Amino acid sequence: MSTKTALDFVSASEHKAFDLQHRKVINFNIDRYDNAVSNGLKQWNNLENAKRKAHSIKWRVMENLDKLLPEFEANFQKNGGKVIWANDTVEAQREILTILRRVQAKKIVKSKSMVTEEIELNAFLENNQIQSVETDLGEYIVQLLGQKPYHIVTPAMHLSLADIAKLFHEKFDTPENATAEQLTLKARELLREEYLLADVGITGANFLIADTGSIAITENEGNARLSTSFPKVHIAIVGIEKLIPSINDLDLYWPLLANHGTGQRLTVYNTILSGPKREGESDGPEEMYVILLDNGRTDLLAQKEQRQGLYCIRCGACLNACPIYKNVGGHSYGTTYSGPIGSIITPHMKGLQEFKHLSYASSLCGKCTEVCPVKIDIQKMLLLNRRDSVKEGFSPQVEQWGWKTFAKVAIKRNWIDFFNGKWKNFFLKKFFTKAWGSKRTLPPIAQTSFSKQWKEQEKKDKTY
Amino acid sequence: MQVDLFIPCFIDQLYPTTAFNTMKVLEKAGCKVNYNPEQTCCGQPAYNAGFWDEAKLVGNKFLDDFVDAKYIVSPSASCTGMVKNAYNDLFTNSMVHNQCRSIQSSIHELSDFLVNIIKKDYFGAELEGRAVYHDSCSALRECRIKEEPRQLLANVDGLELVAMRDQDTCCGFGGTFAVKFQGISSAMAEQKVNNALAMDANYIISTDASCLLHLQAYIDKQNLPIKAMHLADVLANGWGNV
Ligand code: SF4
Repeated sequence: MSTKTALDFVSASEHKAFDLQHRKVINFNIDRYDNAVSNGLKQWNNLENAKRKAHSIKWRVMENLDKLLPEFEANFQKNGGKVIWANDTVEAQREILTILRRVQAKKIVKSKSMVTEEIELNAFLENNQIQSVETDLGEYIVQLLGQKPYHIVTPAMHLSLADIAKLFHEKFDTPENATAEQLTLKARELLREEYLLADVGITGANFLIADTGSIAITENEGNARLSTSFPKVHIAIVGIEKLIPSINDLDLYWPLLANHGTGQRLTVYNTILSGPKREGESDGPEEMYVILLDNGRTDLLAQKEQRQGLYCIRCGACLNACPIYKNVGGHSYGTTYSGPIGSIITPHMKGLQEFKHLSYASSLCGKCTEVCPVKIDIQKMLLLNRRDSVKEGFSPQVEQWGWKTFAKVAIKRNWIDFFNGKWKNFFLKKFFTKAWGSKRTLPPIAQTSFSKQWKEQEKKDKTY
Repeated sequence: MQVDLFIPCFIDQLYPTTAFNTMKVLEKAGCKVNYNPEQTCCGQPAYNAGFWDEAKLVGNKFLDDFVDAKYIVSPSASCTGMVKNAYNDLFTNSMVHNQCRSIQSSIHELSDFLVNIIKKDYFGAELEGRAVYHDSCSALRECRIKEEPRQLLANVDGLELVAMRDQDTCCGFGGTFAVKFQGISSAMAEQKVNNALAMDANYIISTDASCLLHLQAYIDKQNLPIKAMHLADVLANGWGNV
């Protein structure tokens, strides 16, 4: 609990947890989400079965990545696309820049993608004098504010309609109390232009499809379609775990993703792209690249018990379900992937020592595990990360000492009752007053334990 | 029916009355209650903190303390869940594998035991007032207990049970979480208590003393007109006139 990252998290999260305005906006937005989801889930005959199947397909993928990724590569290349393998952020950035330089790109349009956040693409492009325009409305809004996405699915979830209307009023002179429709129209008007001017479109992908060599993109605004069809070049940057074996698996994953992401039965636009424009086709890019990004994913893959973190389809359900997330908000985590999924994968992708605190920042309520559409046992992953952190010796000395003592005392009844309640309360106050904080009183320990009282009573009963 | 009582360490230390009440209710339900006073803890605190070796030491003692029990009943879904689920991580394929399996199938949380095994839901309890039930995470998600406590509470005379917002959301205790991240933890307690107050409730009732400890700690500090109460204490309340 001593790294700077951990301390930053503690102070940011404590501050946010009592920010009542934040609480109000998030509760409002997540209530709406909850209603939509409970409605949407009615479309399943047997949701449990669907989730199980989704889990087992992803299990098969992760156990066979070494065969399925080359299969994707071969098929995508057959379709005329190019595949680039990137080990880390630096390689991915370099490859993208090489392509952009070659086509002399000045401006790119981008659709929503957490992987581009992961490799900090916008800042990188800006440093290289290339303008990057976010075309997803939520992303566009957080970009205008100079913020990072608050949520992996709904980047501007922390803002109310009034907040956004105010921002647009300041920047684009829309009415101060503009409606959602007015704001969307304004954004559309501003962005349409950009599609025509952009030299390259950059997107992520929700799925890599091995058997057809395609990528699938899910979105609600149609901006990803425009970003991939207007510009001459399309670059998709995708984490290697996004793979599914077959195009036929989409009939399972599409509705699961839509339901758990937003409550929709199916997202409005689902696009399958299999390579660049072919002869005789009227639209589509002339060149299409897929950059397969590792960036720590194979480190997670190497963890036999924790690799199910890679099954994630980034639906965001675990974030919305998580009481910690709702209280501390997406920005406090200081990671690309926030919420429960971020807490289980970040320690493996970016280092256990620095990010172990995220696995401890959970009351282990288990709601995330319950809602996950691919049945990742998130709660268990948190516990395994804690175990590993202890095993690696990353926990503070006093904790190690404390738990050793706990075990020693807890296996001997006499030691537990050695001190009476008065002493125990004294110790409790001495060691825990500060850690317990200012909002709660310490619970009083009973003068005599139940076990001891029971023994005394038994003795009395016997003497009578 | 003979049952073995498991009183978790914090109930033993903080709430002996709840332990006595559990015993009373079980006796009233017609059970012969056996209590082994050498028992201590299931090891959950260490397990949750990542100290699995230490948890194993304590868990081993637990398995020995209950070696011959046919039915083990505990007024805590949290510790019941620990034994039922997490013991798989500690003892599967170990020397005590079989002993562990047998204890896992004999342990029950109190309300689950009363409603589903003994099949009784009325014990002559009385409590005047309005109450909300807080679903503890371990009852709901680890032990799959949802209707049982509600059914028991519906049979308490004088008690009006109402549902509050986010009744199945965590209270924010989470063991060491409550001290490692006291800010978030307190904020969660605050919202839970606010939701109960919004229903004009006099009581927040739950199956788990750990949640109640946390909520009461917040209530006491803020001096609020509401009380956290364990299910066993409710069920043993007001027997005078039966
Ligand atoms: S871990 Fe599960 S619930 Fe969370 S974002 Fe991934 S798929 Fe969705």
